[in-house]
Amino acid sequence: MLLVVFSALLVLLTGCNSLAVLNPKGPAAKTQSEVIIFSMIVMAIILLVVYVLYIFIITKYRASKAAPDYEPPHEEGNWLLEMVWIVIPIIIVTVLSVVTVRSTSAVENVAAGYENEKPLVIYAASSDWKWHFSYPEEGIETVNYVNIPTHRPIEFRLYSYGAISSLWIPQLGGQKYAMSDMVNTLHLLAEQPGSYVGKNANFSGKGFSQMEFEALAMSPTEYAEWVKEVKDTASDLTEEEFNSLLEMNFAGRKTYKSTHLEFNPPPEGENAGHDHGGSSDSDSSTEMDHSEMDMDHSNMDHSEENATNGN
Amino acid sequence: MKWDEFFVTGEPMIYGAMASIVLASLAIVVGLTYFKKWGYLWREWLTTVDHKKIGIMYIIAALLMLFRGGMDGLLMRAQLAIPENGLLDAQHYNEIFTTHGLIMILFMAMPFVIGLMNVVIPLQIGARDVAFPRLNAVSFWLFFAGAMLLNISFVIGGSPDAGWTAYFPLASIELSPTVGNNYYSIALQIAGIGTLLTSVNFLVTILKMRAPGMKLMRMPMFTWSVLITNVIILFAFPVLTVSLALMMFDRMFGAQFFTMANGGMDMLWANLFWVWGHPEVYIVILPAFGIYSEIISTFSRKNLYGYKSMVYSMVIISLLSFLVWAHHFYTMGHGVTVNGFFSISTMAIAVPTGVKIFNWLFTLRKGKIEFTTPMLYSLAFIPIFTIGGVTGVMLAMASADYQYHNTMFLVAHFHYVLIPGTVFAVLAGFYYWFPKLFGFRLNDKQGKRAFWLIAVSFNVTFLPLFFLGLKGMTRRTFTYSAETGFGPLNMLASIGAVGLALGFVYLVYNIYWSFRYAPRDTTGDPWDARTLEWSTPSPVPEYNFALIPKVDGLDPFWNSKKTGQPLTEGEYEEIHMPNNSGQPFILGMIFMAFGFCMVFSWWVPSIVFGIGIVIMLAVRSFERDHGRHISVKEIKETEQRLRGEQS
Repeated sequence: MLLVVFSALLVLLTGCNSLAVLNPKGPAAKTQSEVIIFSMIVMAIILLVVYVLYIFIITKYRASKAAPDYEPPHEEGNWLLEMVWIVIPIIIVTVLSVVTVRSTSAVENVAAGYENEKPLVIYAASSDWKWHFSYPEEGIETVNYVNIPTHRPIEFRLYSYGAISSLWIPQLGGQKYAMSDMVNTLHLLAEQPGSYVGKNANFSGKGFSQMEFEALAMSPTEYAEWVKEVKDTASDLTEEEFNSLLEMNFAGRKTYKSTHLEFNPPPEGENAGHDHGGSSDSDSSTEMDHSEMDMDHSNMDHSEENATNGN
Repeated sequence: MKWDEFFVTGEPMIYGAMASIVLASLAIVVGLTYFKKWGYLWREWLTTVDHKKIGIMYIIAALLMLFRGGMDGLLMRAQLAIPENGLLDAQHYNEIFTTHGLIMILFMAMPFVIGLMNVVIPLQIGARDVAFPRLNAVSFWLFFAGAMLLNISFVIGGSPDAGWTAYFPLASIELSPTVGNNYYSIALQIAGIGTLLTSVNFLVTILKMRAPGMKLMRMPMFTWSVLITNVIILFAFPVLTVSLALMMFDRMFGAQFFTMANGGMDMLWANLFWVWGHPEVYIVILPAFGIYSEIISTFSRKNLYGYKSMVYSMVIISLLSFLVWAHHFYTMGHGVTVNGFFSISTMAIAVPTGVKIFNWLFTLRKGKIEFTTPMLYSLAFIPIFTIGGVTGVMLAMASADYQYHNTMFLVAHFHYVLIPGTVFAVLAGFYYWFPKLFGFRLNDKQGKRAFWLIAVSFNVTFLPLFFLGLKGMTRRTFTYSAETGFGPLNMLASIGAVGLALGFVYLVYNIYWSFRYAPRDTTGDPWDARTLEWSTPSPVPEYNFALIPKVDGLDPFWNSKKTGQPLTEGEYEEIHMPNNSGQPFILGMIFMAFGFCMVFSWWVPSIVFGIGIVIMLAVRSFERDHGRHISVKEIKETEQRLRGEQS
């Protein structure tokens, strides 16, 4: 019965667009979705074997069906049979291992076919409870939304000003942690324009549930226009402004025409974790008042929308 | 610490809990006084060193914790049932899922398993008690002290709120300034010491106190599973001890092991936690495998198929359990090589686990299967746990895990592993060994109804979570918007949770009803079982075996019944038993007071109670207690009375 339910749902879900993870819009997510579906099929076959055997045995050998004088035999085991259920799983695990290592290697690197393109580097830093996206190449910075061009590899460099968080845009690819003492790299790429849900997947305290952002993939020309518009209309991100952003609990969407990378460098290279004494933010977070949960829709918001959470 | 922060305030639910705690405590005190049971409680329970009574106390505590943790689970499901629910705020929700995890793993699954271990192991190996009965009582009271400390946190000072994994820097004093995570580091430490002592105790018991003739490869499978489990505890728990100590230094004494500044390393905590945390999963699952082996063999009326491969596969699982910890954080950024290694080692565990599944199936094959309540739980375990297992293999694949990690898919997976793997097992074991302890069986009809309610509701609760995970719903989120489309499946899961709760309430009614009305079993062997514990009368006398049985193969009691050869020979002799002692209880209470003061950084009382602990250890060291002897006459009378023979 369970099996029927499970396989019916399996069929249902493989064709179902509402399952974000299985509705990929970029090569990383596509690889992962294929691995997931492949493993589901393998697992469904294993379940089928176990369930058929199980149902057969518990219907055939029930006491109510047996002759009253039936004496179950004494069985020590069977060398050949036991080898069968050792060797076959080993083969399955070997196949899955090869698939895993290959696909992990694929998603940890720039997507196949795009190796020669120069990736767009975006620093994505989390603070309690916001996302800061800095574009060093363009010299712009956004808060709680990220715009990317399609068909160009994006190299997210992740770090955190607080608890460990995890940047996840399910339709573009799997997640990776952002931590305070080192920078992690996440390679993503969008092949179709569209608005995708991005979020922090790793629990990081009271405001965790609100750490959603919009990842908007647009054509390279639209992207260039957007960058130009930001350069023309937004204001600079001052150190003072950035520190006040770090201190507030929620910030809504914001856009700036300079980045925080110059005055508050990410924990990479000489700034990496374990030897830089007392970082500047550790004091401020101690004093952070956790009871102030109210949203701060600052009037310095330069983007058209005021929505906090994307969609 | 300000005094107005001492009690948690501002939440009607918490006030309700406070009132009910006060009322329940009053009721207990008044009841004990009115029925003049203080002496009975002290003599028979608080001071006992009898492994069976200690086991019963563990199981009672575990059942209470099951309801505490279950309430947490129900509140979580209530909060998530509809989008943007205002039932709980983020802080309250965070505390609840943290304590749900901690209580269910450390104060429900662990004590339930250890309780059954206490009850069964000495009986199964033909011993009169564990190797160190007094130490056993110390273990229990330390566990009890830790459990009470953690439970009191939600009314006094606030519960831990950084998840049961307490990842730094979130759990550091900077980002989690309440005393909640102090409770975490102290309460778990005290309970953990108790567990470590249990491990030493049972290792020695199993290795040194088996009945003559019971070689290692003649031990019942549950005994084997417990032996291996205790080896894992012995190697894994010291890691927890050290991590919790470092956490305490970070939070209370200004150390910087895991902090964001001054060279602290948050990744170190994650690694240490899971170096303990993953073997911990096997600590609660391997004994379950042992329980199922006993029950499936008994109710198939067959010996266990592939005994040797069952043993070897458990040994391999225990070794591999220490080589897979990094699969809990593939997403921490440690590249293809490291993730590849941990993916393969994790998937490798599927092989010995699969061997066990097939051995159970082949034990059933050609058997004469009887569907009693304990057997139903064991049979339900196979298909449900297999889902947990195969989804575990899916999660083990690093590239795919980047999409499952931190989502409801993971939550569904580990509930599919831990509920059939541990909860069903301890319930099965509870139904199975209950008559041994109390001399009557729990009503089978009611037990089956409760089983069906629990098993079906379990799937309704947790199957939808797989799909919610694939839809992108993260775990530990206290709310979600309607546009996400997470609503309907969450509602379904919440309905399942209500069914699960009703199932457990009915199970309690089953116990209550059976205590009042169930017929007494005078055989000592109501299930027609195979191992030594069933050769004793029920309830088991304090000395367990009037004569120590002799063992010449697997399933000695079954063979004795079949061949008519008696298990024992010779005449009764005086039996040497240990004396009861109030010291373990007092030590536990001092530990609890010490821990409570440490949580609030009240140094002077902490030092006073700390000295109290040292004094108690010294008192024990200088104590001369040679135990007592039970006379032959008393043994004869007891045996006749319990076996229902009227002389």
